[in-house]
Amino acid sequence: MMLVVSAFVLWAGLWALNIILARRLSEQQARIAVPVIFGLTLVLVVELMVRGLNVSFVILPKPSEMVVRLFTSYEMLWEDFAQTILKGALTGYIVGCGAALMVAFLASWSDFLRRGLLPLGNFVAALPVVGLAPIMVMWFGFGWESKAAIVVSMCFFPMLVNCVQGLAATNAIERDLFKTYAASPVQQLGLLRLPAAMPFVLNGLKVCTPLALIGAIVAEFFGSPSVGMGFRIKTSVGSLSLDLVWAEIIVAAIAGTGFFGLLLIIERSLTFWHPSQRR
Amino acid sequence: MVQWLARSVLPVMTIIAAIVLIWYAAAVPMNAGRTYMMAPDDAEIALPDLVSDTWAQKKPRLPVPHQIVVEVRKQATFSWIWKEKRRGYKRSLIYHTWVTLSSTIFGFVLGLVLGVSLSLAIVYSRVMDLSVMPWVITSQTIPIIAIAPMIIVIMAAGGMTGLMPKGVISMYLSYFPIVVGMTKGLRSSEPILEDQMKTWSATAFQTFWLLRLPSAMPFLFPAMKIGLAAALVGAVVAELPSGARAGLGARLLVFSYRSETIPMWANLVSAALLAGILVVSFGLLERAVNRRLGFRNAGDVTS
Repeated sequence: MMLVVSAFVLWAGLWALNIILARRLSEQQARIAVPVIFGLTLVLVVELMVRGLNVSFVILPKPSEMVVRLFTSYEMLWEDFAQTILKGALTGYIVGCGAALMVAFLASWSDFLRRGLLPLGNFVAALPVVGLAPIMVMWFGFGWESKAAIVVSMCFFPMLVNCVQGLAATNAIERDLFKTYAASPVQQLGLLRLPAAMPFVLNGLKVCTPLALIGAIVAEFFGSPSVGMGFRIKTSVGSLSLDLVWAEIIVAAIAGTGFFGLLLIIERSLTFWHPSQRR
Repeated sequence: MVQWLARSVLPVMTIIAAIVLIWYAAAVPMNAGRTYMMAPDDAEIALPDLVSDTWAQKKPRLPVPHQIVVEVRKQATFSWIWKEKRRGYKRSLIYHTWVTLSSTIFGFVLGLVLGVSLSLAIVYSRVMDLSVMPWVITSQTIPIIAIAPMIIVIMAAGGMTGLMPKGVISMYLSYFPIVVGMTKGLRSSEPILEDQMKTWSATAFQTFWLLRLPSAMPFLFPAMKIGLAAALVGAVVAELPSGARAGLGARLLVFSYRSETIPMWANLVSAALLAGILVVSFGLLERAVNRRLGFRNAGDVTS
């Protein structure tokens, strides 16, 4: 009971601290400090509540147990990470997004192709493509190749739509200016169209990041070698070792967030001129 | 009209035709292995025979479109309403599509409520904005769908089965675009109009109801369409590991174990049709609402 009460007290205290910090600190400091404190509050409150209410291990392990598990079985987690994320998701992500970029280049030369691809791509992007996972496992076997294949098919269309829109994002005045300067088509592509497409391309890459993780993990539910995050999650749920499941989730979260953060940094350095990046 | 056909419909039709052609062509090499396996040793198979066989196999690696269409028409029946179920499960595609649709809608409504209330809190409280928004973004980089099996196990232990666990997973996937779109929308009202509201001494609620909410609509609808598609993905994936017997995802798993490829594709096609119907009907709703509110061009700004 004490623990539950202290969870509430802690929550109230840290929330009050956040209110004060949000007022006192400068904009930049607050942008970092406040969310970090909020996250810490959540973890601590969950820990205290789980202890205080004696929540069964099967329903929710304590956050501390998850972290301990993260360190005690890091070798297994690293193998799973390499199998699912480095081999499956990353390969598929690169191939899928690269192929979409190529097709978008083709489409940017032909107005007809663009008119055909854009509505279709928008439609396919709204479909539950992840349902193709069992078919890909059938075609490419249990290894990481099938996971990469499903990631390719999930990433292709959202990326394609963004790239096609991006390469068409220049307006007539800008193109006329380049014509006035007697720019060659290559110069126009490299100096005008590609930079103008960058915000869209990066947006597509950002949209595809969680899709790649989802595809690689879900495909493992349909068959995998005895390694991989999806495989581990499936078997660990069966044997009720839920701390391991949560440790896998933490790994996936770190991988996903880290990659997303990397994209944000790239976005900031490449598209610093875009209104959404100005400060 | 003719111009519209030539500019919009013709390119799309051309690409669809190209895809169908490639599909039929690809089916020949993909299914040829089974044809040769079935044929007696050293038999020479003429090309026309090979083609006709690869397009008509019972369990092909890649079924051709007309096989899938036939299968969809065969399975899309209403017979479960009056006929006993056969072999312990119901076969009708319409029934399973309905099961998936119901959990999609349920999860989407949960996500809409969560998303809209979060974005209200974010817009009206700076502390919420600072502390919650980064975590909302982080939450989407976590492939929560991967723990769908666990969520289902946990909620079953808590006595909740059926619609609720599937709805929770759909909610998790669909609330994010709604938070982002709605927050952007609520902040998009022009300062001059807010000043005008102040001049009329409007209350905070009136400003919200008469100005901010209507100006958020062009942002909310595209976000809802994305959220709806995400909710459908959530519903399908949630049905995979849950031991569910009904729903498109559960059927997909059953057919994949039996490697019955044609019904698998028929299931995928009905999931696609479902997604198409949902998105198109929301598009119509969007147009109606925007016209009612007097927006000429809907903002196509999302996330």
